Amino acid sequence: MSERGAPGRWMAGRRGLGGLLAVTLVRPVAAERLPLSEALRSHAGGAAIREGRVTLEIPPLVENGNTVPLLVSVESPMTEADFVRSIAVFNERNPQPNVITAQIGPRAGRARLSTRIRLATSQRIVAVAEMSDGSLWSGSAEVIVTLAACVEG
Amino acid sequence: MARVLLNVPRSAARGEVIEIRALIQHEMETGYRPGANGEVLPRDIIRRFVCRYGNEVVFQAELFPAISANPFISFTTVATESATLTFHWSGDNGFAQTETRVLAVT
Repeated sequence: MSERGAPGRWMAGRRGLGGLLAVTLVRPVAAERLPLSEALRSHAGGAAIREGRVTLEIPPLVENGNTVPLLVSVESPMTEADFVRSIAVFNERNPQPNVITAQIGPRAGRARLSTRIRLATSQRIVAVAEMSDGSLWSGSAEVIVTLAACVEG
Repeated sequence: MARVLLNVPRSAARGEVIEIRALIQHEMETGYRPGANGEVLPRDIIRRFVCRYGNEVVFQAELFPAISANPFISFTTVATESATLTFHWSGDNGFAQTETRVLAVT
């Protein structure tokens, strides 16, 4: 599933830092891969996902993809009338697009979720929040990973 | 029994938003990684985490293999009344563990 990332890493190992930089820079930007857009579509259930209101904090450059801290916060008053129902995180290039799906509610007080995730390669991470009125909002961040997780032994 | 680190305040003021941090010892074997013999190791992860405030579910999450080993989850809740908070993790191969903490609300 992450075949596209594998040769890049292999070449990086052979060519040293110059190769790594070249591979990183040459990587096509914003070409959203199918599993991610499919996962987002099935999560939204046909509804439109708008960009904004969701902040995804993740280090832009991580050395070890085995444990990457991640913080998602959503702009919401978190009252009985207006709150965040769920927060879901998706990735672009791991073997599986889902990361975590959390159900919260007005009892949370704040719409914040923090966890640690694995990243198989450099990629984009997307967080989607579902509001109490049914609208969906998203935020995303690009991460560069130098040591991959998940697939390698 | 897996080791658990739970960070819950002992007491809080009524209406205060408290942060809860939960970490549990678990391999979270992804099911995509080859073992020593070259064969892919079967998946063994925690799939579900639920936090109850008294009897009410205030937070629940579905976890996937992209969650790191020793899953760490941090979230917030409003301290409404003195109650017992129950934390439950469940997953592959019949994994299930429950921990409780008492919160005093003044």
